[in-house]
Amino acid sequence: MSSETRQTLMELKGIEKRFSGVTVLEGVDLALYPGCVQALAGENGAGKSTLMKVLSGVHQADAGDIWLRGSKVRFTTPRQAMDAGIAIIHQELNLVGGLSAGENIFLGREPRTRLGTIDWGRLYRQAGELLSRLKQHIDPRTPVAGLSIGQQQMVEIARALSLDAEIIIMDEPTDALTDIETDILEQVVAALREEGRSLVMITHRLPEIFRMCDSVAVLRDGHLVHDGPTAALSENDLIRKMVGRELADRYPYEPPTLGEEMINVDRLSAPGVFDVSFSARAGEVLGFGGLMGAGRTEMAQAICGDVPIKGGEVRIRQAPVHFASPQEALRAGLVYVPEDRKQAGLLLEHSVTDNMSLAALPAFCGPLGLINAGRERAAVAHYIDAFRIKLRDMHQSIDTLSGGNQQKVSLAKALMTQPDIVILDEPTRGVDVGAKREIYLLINELKRQGKCVLLISSEMPELLGLSDRIMVLANGRISGEFTREDATQETIMTAAAHSEAATETVTP
Amino acid sequence: MSTLTMNKAATRLLIDNKAFLALALLVIVSAALSDNFLTVDNILNVLRQSSINAIIAMGVTFVILTAGIDLSVGAVLALTGAFAGAMTASGLTPWVGVPGTIAAGACLGAISGAFVAFGRIQAFIVTLVAMTILRGAALVFTDGRPISIGTTPAADLFWQLGGGYWLGVPIPIYLMFFVFVLCWGVLHHTRFGRHVYAVGGGEKVARLSGINVARIKISVYAISGACAALASVVLTARLGSAQPTAGTGYELDAIAAVVIGGTSLMGGRGRIFGTLVGALVIGVLNNALNIMGVSSYFQMIAKGAVILLAVLLDSRSNSS
Repeated sequence: MSSETRQTLMELKGIEKRFSGVTVLEGVDLALYPGCVQALAGENGAGKSTLMKVLSGVHQADAGDIWLRGSKVRFTTPRQAMDAGIAIIHQELNLVGGLSAGENIFLGREPRTRLGTIDWGRLYRQAGELLSRLKQHIDPRTPVAGLSIGQQQMVEIARALSLDAEIIIMDEPTDALTDIETDILEQVVAALREEGRSLVMITHRLPEIFRMCDSVAVLRDGHLVHDGPTAALSENDLIRKMVGRELADRYPYEPPTLGEEMINVDRLSAPGVFDVSFSARAGEVLGFGGLMGAGRTEMAQAICGDVPIKGGEVRIRQAPVHFASPQEALRAGLVYVPEDRKQAGLLLEHSVTDNMSLAALPAFCGPLGLINAGRERAAVAHYIDAFRIKLRDMHQSIDTLSGGNQQKVSLAKALMTQPDIVILDEPTRGVDVGAKREIYLLINELKRQGKCVLLISSEMPELLGLSDRIMVLANGRISGEFTREDATQETIMTAAAHSEAATETVTP
Repeated sequence: MSTLTMNKAATRLLIDNKAFLALALLVIVSAALSDNFLTVDNILNVLRQSSINAIIAMGVTFVILTAGIDLSVGAVLALTGAFAGAMTASGLTPWVGVPGTIAAGACLGAISGAFVAFGRIQAFIVTLVAMTILRGAALVFTDGRPISIGTTPAADLFWQLGGGYWLGVPIPIYLMFFVFVLCWGVLHHTRFGRHVYAVGGGEKVARLSGINVARIKISVYAISGACAALASVVLTARLGSAQPTAGTGYELDAIAAVVIGGTSLMGGRGRIFGTLVGALVIGVLNNALNIMGVSSYFQMIAKGAVILLAVLLDSRSNSS
């Protein structure tokens, strides 16, 4: 399988991409061959999706060249890439739910009759042919909203085929698929490879890389660290290449002083969460690892009452609780700091003060709900000082603050409610290195104060560096539990990536 | 402090108070074009004429701050006005009748609010339906005929609320400012007010911050209904009778006042002072065009142009 002797279909050379000064991709070379399935692996944030977006014209590279069939190309819009035979199937599917499968497949390119009206007969006949080529027994007249996620994905693939795309990129195609749907996808991928098309698959699921892909490229921190045939690697080799970097002393760990059991979750089930059990004590940081979409956020939302629980029980200080809303959870001393600051954590157009005190307002209110502005200001000033939040004045709007400072406001907002249990969901996402360390120190401070911290993080070094214990979730189930001593990047990655291992508990 | 930052501060001030600027400009132009405009009598007249729209609009401001809309206020006004008229005609003292009317308005609003909060139906649809039903209810209740408040002592006292004066100033103007101070206090100095802004700014954020979003939504529609009912009292008292078709189209004037006042229809952003000024802008415009003898047909065109201008200014300053 020596790539030098084969004709390349597409070649990326020295691709570089920066977002507002941060280098996301640097010097990336990648070659795609006809009839070959290329896997693209790497940790969250390694730059995989960005690279594919450069390839498909969504983003433009800041440096480097793209060669297609021997000539240099430059795509400034996704449309140009599409016309050149490159189709990308995004993780979030791009379908119009109310339109039928056939209409979606030919959206914007509907076959016309001589009168210029849409030739529905031809549209549905061709759509049906494409779908049956993919072994799908879907009536092309069915609205897409009524199809399963797997079937919707097949509709996307059918659209790529209708474009006669030679290069088909799939971003996490199996993430939302059932096992049967994954098997079908595998057959489809094999068939497309037979036809001489070139496929790129971005996936976290290592077994699928080895089952479906001919070669694998690994990105780490925006650099291509490996590219070669899959057969030459073992799963462990691949994991090592993906997580390779050293754990620097960026994580100021302090051993815990454990207190009473604060929270006990027993066989919790909720949408996307199945039979999750764990307990955590005062003064402990319990980490939650897993891939994106593993169900950690859903778990947190169920615990804090944002989403109704379907089964199981949550106990706080041994007493069973049934939160119907986050309001009730807050009153019981449990606060959830959401992952998505912009949608769920902060009111971007509102002031720092209004945001920070929002959840703790009852503490500043007198009779008739009148706010004691002096007490409110004092409390906000205290947290701005304690968390070293950099701002001009406390009435400036949140969206003028940097990501790190926004996150600190988000944390201060949660801590103002004087909670006993704090759930932090990706507390350092979009935060620069300096502010990250400050947030780590804050987490340690919470530990010292005897609070119980549940830390959800997709950043492996962070998870390992801060947690006293680590639970790993995969497909909404606990797939591993590790003590601090036993946890390594490899063991956690193995537990997180093994969807098959979901039912058997990995005991260290 | 450099002149640059001073200029910036001044610009900021102007942008923040666009509605106020528009009002000042309108007053200056009107005064220049007509000698009859800047007289005490005419100013009081404008304020009195604006009071009904201002009171309704301040209630609607609460709804719009939560990213909702209330199209039912005109119909609420008609029905509660009929209640007020009937109660007064029966000789009931306004000390009971007026609070009763306001409570009825609040209840009608709360019903719409409950459908918005729990029924997961868009506020536009819910209040459109409420508008249709309540209009019908007003016609059924009055049998399509005006209800005179009569000439009892209770009716005389009731009439004061619309036609009376205190210290030479019409009572409706006091009511308008009373509602303004109350709304301002609630919005800016209570937990409830913060929660209203938070729900409009981001419902998910509000929910995760421990806010009972449904309760806030029901409350703002109740406030809107209560304000419409108070406006119905003023209108019924002034006319001396409840008209079954009263308040037709008032919802649009109220929404226009809120929008001219700079409150975002997307919710979470706006001020009650802006709404008051917005109502006065509409009032002054109507008055000035009247004094100048412009036909009422042209008045509508002028009003539309002013609203468009205000909204354009607002979207410009927001995008910058």
